[in-house]
Amino acid sequence: MTGKNACPTKSNFMIPLNHYLLLSAFLFSCGVLGVVVRRNAIVVFMCIELMLNAVNLSLIAFSSYLGDATGQMLVFFVMVVAAAEAAVGLAIIISLFRNKQTVNVDELNILKW
Amino acid sequence: MNLYEIVFYFFAIVTVGSAAVVVFSRNIIYSAFSLLFTFFGVAGLYVLLNADFLAVTQLLIYVGGILVLLLFGVMLTSNTISVELKTGTLHILPATILVALLVGLLTATFWTADWFMSKRASDIAAQTTSKEIGDALVTTHLLPFEIASIILLVAIVGAAMMARRENPKSQIPI
Repeated sequence: MTGKNACPTKSNFMIPLNHYLLLSAFLFSCGVLGVVVRRNAIVVFMCIELMLNAVNLSLIAFSSYLGDATGQMLVFFVMVVAAAEAAVGLAIIISLFRNKQTVNVDELNILKW
Repeated sequence: MNLYEIVFYFFAIVTVGSAAVVVFSRNIIYSAFSLLFTFFGVAGLYVLLNADFLAVTQLLIYVGGILVLLLFGVMLTSNTISVELKTGTLHILPATILVALLVGLLTATFWTADWFMSKRASDIAAQTTSKEIGDALVTTHLLPFEIASIILLVAIVGAAMMARRENPKSQIPI
Protein backbone atom coordinates (compact mmCIF):
# COMPACT_ATOMS: atom_id res chain seq x y z
CA MET A 1 0.00 0.00 0.00
CA THR A 2 1.45 3.31 -0.94
CA GLY A 3 1.34 6.34 1.28
CA LYS A 4 -1.50 7.93 -0.62
CA ASN A 5 -4.02 5.59 0.95
CA ALA A 6 -2.43 5.40 4.38
CA CYS A 7 -5.20 7.36 6.06
CA PRO A 8 -8.17 5.24 7.01
CA THR A 9 -11.40 6.67 5.73
CA LYS A 10 -13.25 6.16 9.00
CA SER A 11 -10.92 8.50 10.86
CA ASN A 12 -11.93 12.02 11.64
CA PHE A 13 -8.72 13.22 10.03
CA MET A 14 -9.45 14.16 6.47
CA ILE A 15 -5.85 15.11 5.75
CA PRO A 16 -3.46 12.18 5.36
CA LEU A 17 -0.52 12.09 7.71
CA ASN A 18 1.79 12.39 4.72
CA HIS A 19 0.74 15.95 4.05
CA TYR A 20 1.76 17.09 7.51
CA LEU A 21 5.04 15.23 7.17
CA LEU A 22 5.78 16.71 3.77
CA LEU A 23 5.07 20.18 5.08
CA SER A 24 7.39 19.48 7.98
CA ALA A 25 10.09 18.20 5.60
CA PHE A 26 9.83 21.35 3.53
CA LEU A 27 10.07 23.58 6.60
CA PHE A 28 13.11 21.65 7.81
CA SER A 29 14.79 21.95 4.42
CA CYS A 30 14.13 25.69 4.40
CA GLY A 31 15.86 25.87 7.76
CA VAL A 32 18.85 23.83 6.56
CA LEU A 33 19.20 25.98 3.47
CA GLY A 34 19.10 29.14 5.54
CA VAL A 35 21.67 27.88 8.03
CA VAL A 36 24.08 26.91 5.26
CA VAL A 37 23.53 29.88 2.98
CA ARG A 38 22.91 33.00 5.01
CA ARG A 39 25.74 35.14 6.35
CA ASN A 40 24.02 36.95 9.19
CA ALA A 41 24.15 35.00 12.44
CA ILE A 42 20.69 36.23 13.48
CA VAL A 43 19.14 34.84 10.30
CA VAL A 44 20.95 31.58 10.98
CA PHE A 45 19.25 31.62 14.37
CA MET A 46 15.84 32.16 12.80
CA CYS A 47 16.47 29.20 10.51
CA ILE A 48 17.38 27.01 13.48
CA GLU A 49 14.02 27.96 14.98
CA LEU A 50 12.41 26.97 11.67
CA MET A 51 14.01 23.54 11.88
CA LEU A 52 12.86 23.08 15.48
CA ASN A 53 9.34 24.07 14.45
CA ALA A 54 9.39 21.54 11.62
CA VAL A 55 10.41 18.77 13.99
CA ASN A 56 7.73 19.85 16.46
CA LEU A 57 5.11 19.78 13.72
CA SER A 58 5.99 16.25 12.67
CA LEU A 59 6.06 15.11 16.31
CA ILE A 60 2.60 16.53 16.95
CA ALA A 61 1.27 15.03 13.73
CA PHE A 62 2.58 11.60 14.72
CA SER A 63 1.26 11.99 18.25
CA SER A 64 -2.16 13.07 17.09
CA TYR A 65 -2.52 10.35 14.47
CA LEU A 66 -1.26 7.73 16.89
CA GLY A 67 -3.67 8.81 19.60
CA ASP A 68 -0.90 9.12 22.17
CA ALA A 69 0.05 12.34 23.94
CA THR A 70 3.67 11.36 24.65
CA GLY A 71 4.89 13.02 21.45
CA GLN A 72 3.38 16.27 22.64
CA MET A 73 5.40 15.99 25.85
CA LEU A 74 8.52 15.78 23.70
CA VAL A 75 7.45 18.93 21.86
CA PHE A 76 7.08 20.68 25.20
CA PHE A 77 10.68 19.86 26.11
CA VAL A 78 11.91 20.85 22.64
CA MET A 79 10.30 24.24 23.19
CA VAL A 80 12.10 24.58 26.55
CA VAL A 81 15.44 23.82 24.94
CA ALA A 82 14.65 26.18 22.05
CA ALA A 83 13.98 29.03 24.47
CA ALA A 84 17.20 28.37 26.38
CA GLU A 85 19.15 28.09 23.13
CA ALA A 86 17.74 31.36 21.82
CA ALA A 87 18.62 33.23 25.01
CA VAL A 88 22.19 31.92 25.25
CA GLY A 89 22.78 32.23 21.50
CA LEU A 90 21.60 35.81 21.35
CA ALA A 91 23.84 36.63 24.31
CA ILE A 92 26.81 35.10 22.49
CA ILE A 93 25.97 37.01 19.30
CA ILE A 94 25.66 40.30 21.19
CA SER A 95 28.95 39.87 22.98
CA LEU A 96 30.58 38.86 19.68
CA PHE A 97 29.22 41.99 18.06
CA ARG A 98 30.63 44.06 20.90
CA ASN A 99 34.10 42.63 20.30
CA LYS A 100 34.22 42.24 16.52
CA GLN A 101 31.63 44.80 15.29
CA THR A 102 30.11 42.22 12.97
CA VAL A 103 27.71 39.29 13.05
CA ASN A 104 28.57 37.86 9.65
CA VAL A 105 29.48 34.25 10.18
CA ASP A 106 32.19 34.28 7.51
CA GLU A 107 34.07 37.06 9.29
CA LEU A 108 33.94 35.43 12.72
CA ASN A 109 37.00 33.22 12.56
CA ILE A 110 38.61 33.90 15.93
CA LEU A 111 38.30 30.25 16.93
CA LYS A 112 40.23 29.22 13.83
CA TRP A 113 43.78 28.19 14.63
CA MET B 1 -12.99 19.82 -0.37
CA ASN B 2 -14.36 20.41 3.08
CA LEU B 3 -13.56 23.09 5.62
CA TYR B 4 -10.87 21.05 7.39
CA GLU B 5 -8.87 20.68 4.19
CA ILE B 6 -9.30 24.33 3.27
CA VAL B 7 -8.01 25.43 6.67
CA PHE B 8 -5.11 22.97 6.49
CA TYR B 9 -3.99 24.16 3.07
CA PHE B 10 -4.39 27.78 4.08
CA PHE B 11 -2.12 27.33 7.09
CA ALA B 12 0.29 25.20 5.05
CA ILE B 13 0.62 27.88 2.38
CA VAL B 14 1.08 30.60 5.00
CA THR B 15 3.75 28.57 6.77
CA VAL B 16 5.69 27.55 3.68
CA GLY B 17 5.52 30.96 2.03
CA SER B 18 6.66 32.87 5.07
CA ALA B 19 9.41 30.30 5.75
CA ALA B 20 10.69 30.90 2.23
CA VAL B 21 10.65 34.64 2.90
CA VAL B 22 12.65 34.06 6.12
CA VAL B 23 15.33 32.25 4.20
CA PHE B 24 15.48 34.27 1.00
CA SER B 25 14.72 37.83 2.05
CA ARG B 26 17.68 40.17 1.79
CA ASN B 27 16.35 42.36 4.58
CA ILE B 28 16.76 40.90 8.04
CA ILE B 29 13.73 42.80 9.37
CA TYR B 30 11.53 41.18 6.73
CA SER B 31 12.96 37.82 7.76
CA ALA B 32 12.09 38.44 11.41
CA PHE B 33 8.54 39.52 10.65
CA SER B 34 7.81 36.70 8.26
CA LEU B 35 9.05 34.33 10.97
CA LEU B 36 6.06 35.65 12.94
CA PHE B 37 3.70 34.35 10.25
CA THR B 38 5.51 31.02 10.18
CA PHE B 39 4.97 30.64 13.92
CA PHE B 40 1.30 31.57 13.58
CA GLY B 41 0.84 29.09 10.75
CA VAL B 42 2.45 26.29 12.73
CA ALA B 43 0.29 27.16 15.74
CA GLY B 44 -2.78 26.92 13.53
CA LEU B 45 -1.68 23.49 12.38
CA TYR B 46 -1.27 22.47 16.02
CA VAL B 47 -4.88 23.47 16.63
CA LEU B 48 -5.95 21.38 13.64
CA LEU B 49 -4.09 18.44 15.16
CA ASN B 50 -5.96 18.90 18.47
CA ALA B 51 -2.86 20.03 20.33
CA ASP B 52 -4.47 23.09 21.84
CA PHE B 53 -2.11 23.42 24.80
CA LEU B 54 0.93 23.33 22.56
CA ALA B 55 -0.63 25.82 20.14
CA VAL B 56 -1.01 28.33 22.96
CA THR B 57 2.47 27.49 24.24
CA GLN B 58 3.84 28.01 20.74
CA LEU B 59 2.32 31.46 20.58
CA LEU B 60 3.51 32.38 24.07
CA ILE B 61 7.08 31.09 23.79
CA TYR B 62 7.91 31.60 20.13
CA VAL B 63 5.99 34.75 19.28
CA GLY B 64 6.08 36.32 22.72
CA GLY B 65 9.57 35.29 23.70
CA ILE B 66 11.92 34.10 21.02
CA LEU B 67 10.76 36.43 18.26
CA VAL B 68 11.00 39.48 20.51
CA LEU B 69 14.45 38.30 21.57
CA LEU B 70 15.47 37.95 17.93
CA LEU B 71 14.19 41.42 17.12
CA PHE B 72 16.20 42.82 20.02
CA GLY B 73 19.21 40.95 18.63
CA VAL B 74 18.63 42.56 15.23
CA MET B 75 18.45 45.99 16.81
CA LEU B 76 21.47 45.51 19.04
CA THR B 77 23.71 44.14 16.32
CA SER B 78 22.87 46.45 13.43
CA ASN B 79 26.03 48.35 12.65
CA THR B 80 25.34 52.05 13.13
CA ILE B 81 28.32 53.18 11.06
CA SER B 82 27.34 51.36 7.91
CA VAL B 83 23.61 50.83 8.13
CA GLU B 84 23.68 47.53 6.33
CA LEU B 85 20.63 45.46 7.14
CA LYS B 86 20.92 43.61 3.88
CA THR B 87 22.92 40.46 4.16
CA GLY B 88 24.46 38.31 1.48
CA THR B 89 24.65 34.62 0.93
CA LEU B 90 27.43 32.03 0.89
CA HIS B 91 28.06 28.83 -1.06
CA ILE B 92 24.83 28.88 -3.06
CA LEU B 93 25.59 25.96 -5.37
CA PRO B 94 26.75 23.28 -2.88
CA ALA B 95 24.03 24.34 -0.45
CA THR B 96 21.37 23.96 -3.12
CA ILE B 97 22.62 20.51 -4.06
CA LEU B 98 22.73 19.45 -0.39
CA VAL B 99 19.23 20.71 0.33
CA ALA B 100 17.84 19.22 -2.88
CA LEU B 101 19.21 15.84 -1.81
CA LEU B 102 17.72 16.32 1.65
CA VAL B 103 14.31 17.26 0.24
CA GLY B 104 14.36 14.28 -2.09
CA LEU B 105 15.29 11.88 0.68
CA LEU B 106 12.73 13.19 3.15
CA THR B 107 9.95 13.41 0.58
CA ALA B 108 10.59 9.91 -0.72
CA THR B 109 10.65 8.52 2.80
CA PHE B 110 7.52 10.29 3.96
CA TRP B 111 5.60 9.61 0.79
CA THR B 112 6.33 5.93 0.40
CA ALA B 113 6.24 4.82 4.02
CA ASP B 114 3.15 2.98 5.16
CA TRP B 115 2.36 4.83 8.36
CA PHE B 116 0.76 3.07 11.26
CA MET B 117 -2.67 4.47 12.07
CA SER B 118 -4.03 3.80 15.50
CA LYS B 119 -7.57 2.64 16.03
CA ARG B 120 -7.79 5.26 18.76
CA ALA B 121 -6.96 8.06 16.36
CA SER B 122 -10.59 8.79 15.64
CA ASP B 123 -11.42 8.74 19.35
CA ILE B 124 -8.65 11.08 20.37
CA ALA B 125 -9.51 13.46 17.57
CA ALA B 126 -12.48 14.92 19.35
CA GLN B 127 -10.81 15.64 22.65
CA THR B 128 -8.06 17.93 23.73
CA THR B 129 -4.77 16.86 25.24
CA SER B 130 -4.24 19.48 27.96
CA LYS B 131 -5.30 17.11 30.71
CA GLU B 132 -3.12 14.28 29.46
CA ILE B 133 -0.11 16.58 29.21
CA GLY B 134 -0.72 17.95 32.69
CA ASP B 135 -1.04 14.47 34.15
CA ALA B 136 2.09 13.25 32.41
CA LEU B 137 4.13 16.26 33.50
CA VAL B 138 3.67 15.52 37.19
CA THR B 139 3.73 11.71 37.04
CA THR B 140 5.77 9.92 34.40
CA HIS B 141 7.70 12.91 33.10
CA LEU B 142 8.38 14.62 36.42
CA LEU B 143 12.17 14.31 36.23
CA PRO B 144 12.50 15.80 32.72
CA PHE B 145 10.17 18.58 33.86
CA GLU B 146 12.45 19.47 36.77
CA ILE B 147 15.54 19.21 34.55
CA ALA B 148 13.85 21.59 32.10
CA SER B 149 13.38 24.13 34.88
CA ILE B 150 17.07 23.87 35.81
CA ILE B 151 18.05 24.27 32.13
CA LEU B 152 15.99 27.44 31.93
CA LEU B 153 17.55 28.82 35.13
CA VAL B 154 21.08 28.08 33.90
CA ALA B 155 20.29 29.60 30.50
CA ILE B 156 18.94 32.79 32.08
CA VAL B 157 21.97 33.21 34.34
CA GLY B 158 24.41 32.37 31.57
CA ALA B 159 22.78 34.68 29.03
CA ALA B 160 22.73 37.57 31.48
CA MET B 161 26.37 36.97 32.38
CA MET B 162 27.52 36.82 28.77
CA ALA B 163 25.50 39.72 27.43
CA ARG B 164 26.26 42.27 30.13
CA ARG B 165 28.77 44.96 29.40
CA GLU B 166 31.93 44.53 31.40
CA ASN B 167 32.72 47.72 33.19
CA PRO B 168 36.49 48.23 33.43
CA LYS B 169 36.05 50.52 36.43
CA SER B 170 34.01 47.97 38.28
CA GLN B 171 35.34 47.04 41.69
CA ILE B 172 33.89 43.57 41.62
CA PRO B 173 35.94 41.14 39.53
CA ILE B 174 33.83 39.13 37.17
